[in-house]
Amino acid sequence: MSDAAPLTVQVAADEAGLSGAARTYFDRLRAGDMGSLPVIVGMALITIYFTLKVDVFFTAQNFDDLIPQLAGTALIAIGVVFVLLIGEIDLSVGILSGLCGVCVAWFASPETGHTVPGLVAIALAICFGALIGMLQGSIVALLGVPSFVVTLAGLLAFQGVIIKWIGQNATIGIQDQYINDMASYFFSKNAGWIIATGISVVFAGTVAAGARSRVRHGLPVGNVPLLVIRTGFVAAITFLFVAISNHARGVSFAGMLVIAMIAVGTFVARRTTFGRHVYAVGGNAEAARRAGINVPFIRIAVFMISGAMAAMGGIMFASRLQGVALSAGGGSTLLDAIAAAVIGGTSLFGGRGRVIGALLGAVVIGTIANGLALIGSDASTQFIVTGLILLAAVTLDTLSRRKLVASGR
Amino acid sequence: MTTDTPTLQLRGVSKSFGSVKALDDVDFEVNEGEVMALVGDNGAGKSTLIKSLAGIHPFDSGEVIFDGKPVSVHGPKDAAKLGLEVVYQDLALCDNLDVVQNMYLGREAHDVLYRLHESEMERRTAETLASLSVTTIRSTRQTVATLSGGQRQSVAVARAVMWNSRIVILDEPTAALGVAQTQQVLELVSRLADQKLGVVLISHNLHDIFEVADRITVLRLGRNAGLFEREKTTQEAVVHAITAGKPTKVSGIPGTGEAPE
Repeated sequence: MSDAAPLTVQVAADEAGLSGAARTYFDRLRAGDMGSLPVIVGMALITIYFTLKVDVFFTAQNFDDLIPQLAGTALIAIGVVFVLLIGEIDLSVGILSGLCGVCVAWFASPETGHTVPGLVAIALAICFGALIGMLQGSIVALLGVPSFVVTLAGLLAFQGVIIKWIGQNATIGIQDQYINDMASYFFSKNAGWIIATGISVVFAGTVAAGARSRVRHGLPVGNVPLLVIRTGFVAAITFLFVAISNHARGVSFAGMLVIAMIAVGTFVARRTTFGRHVYAVGGNAEAARRAGINVPFIRIAVFMISGAMAAMGGIMFASRLQGVALSAGGGSTLLDAIAAAVIGGTSLFGGRGRVIGALLGAVVIGTIANGLALIGSDASTQFIVTGLILLAAVTLDTLSRRKLVASGR
Repeated sequence: MTTDTPTLQLRGVSKSFGSVKALDDVDFEVNEGEVMALVGDNGAGKSTLIKSLAGIHPFDSGEVIFDGKPVSVHGPKDAAKLGLEVVYQDLALCDNLDVVQNMYLGREAHDVLYRLHESEMERRTAETLASLSVTTIRSTRQTVATLSGGQRQSVAVARAVMWNSRIVILDEPTAALGVAQTQQVLELVSRLADQKLGVVLISHNLHDIFEVADRITVLRLGRNAGLFEREKTTQEAVVHAITAGKPTKVSGIPGTGEAPE
């Protein structure tokens, strides 16, 4: 880090050409900036291991089953990423997802004497989650109570509310088609191809629009071959995804919902003033305040996002079971969601992380759970393995961060 | 360099906190294109003066005159509207954001849907840095965490001047910097004045001040203790004013003599 480096301001950090891109990437790796590499390597190892262990693991059918299994965790983890970005924690998301699952079941179930249409019940449950998030966020942002305590209190209290709410029945079944379709609807083969084409076109269009805007403002476009390859890669993955799904039942609605929410979340986080302020509050709340950012508003809004995403995840879980039980949102729901966000590269200290990490982390955790279930392991093994992987992810993050600091990045 | 009316003029301003008179009947002025140093020992009222100017806690009495017209500054927004920007000692940058994001923090360019205009912000950042001849920053998309102390100071100063500012107040900009980086920042301060901004430079380091300041205002215990033109004075005279009648030998780090009482 020499101050005397006589370089102009306009030069982008990336070198031109593909070999230049590769060099930049390896430089970054050497400096300790791992990006998504550990997750990808980890996924490859997990896949190879289970493929060798059980025949049914590496099949289109299992792939199609896996997506709805991990969808709930991925949805909750999106909200957790936002909360971690502002340097807070939300321990209530697991139980809150259960509570919102109870909420949707209660509104839509004839057993309880209500028959609100399914979509209305879903909307009500999401609003309910956001409202709870707003309450918790307000206590954190306006009164200054640590989020750890506020949401821990929420965890306990909502657990009680679930037991009171479900009461003597012990379960509430869901008969509404819309709610149950969330986890069990599969698109037709042609619809799958149309979706793949749509995603590829939208992604390519976004990349092209970004490049055009840079050209219009007289900025270097960056590494054009790399942009083209990245766009091609996304399209290839998308079509591969659909091709595998179409070998079984087709593309699941649950998977598409997760991808849509990841896209919306990424847009909000990276492309809007709100998202920018979220990162600023996580990086340096005092600087954000002095820059005129309404820090309490950002905090409350982020807890609302967390609550709403927990609700969506809870509805997904309820939809898979076609009902809710007393155990809704309990067990490893909370830890899976937080582990997914952290394994996906979100820092526990605020300001660093990406929304897509929620998906990557949920895929890792979901795949392990799926594989272990297939080889006949019980819950105990699953807890131990997930715990070890979470520890490995955080350790890797801590070590690479230390290296980043040492190399001045 | 001096024009007829100073850009900013304070006449007889006072500020008390309870029974403590932090500022007592102080006069102060800055001209366009001038570096005005503000010096004084700890507790002399420098911080109170700039905080009041920035609208954080307004003056109790006295006049603030901007471009010859009396104005009232009752909050940071009023100060910003006048074109008055303060670069605080801790810089108030977000380490996890890049240079462009920090330059526009809280004032991002966006459309009706609150979508960011990244390209526009990046181009204007590059232009602003280039206009200040800040050439040591490799990429405007580097995160601030990767910058050196001098580069961070440059970003904070560039952020302050980007908004058509008239007056930039720098609070101890070289306090935490090494020799080479101090030099960079002092050059930057001179360039701000060349661009017709009024610069208020607060520093304990008389060596730095004598290198870039045009005039020097000395405060002592909340009162004016002298106004010097750099060309016509010496460090000894300024130190004498700071410590009032106790001339200290000027060492490498002046202004660190004991408090007058």
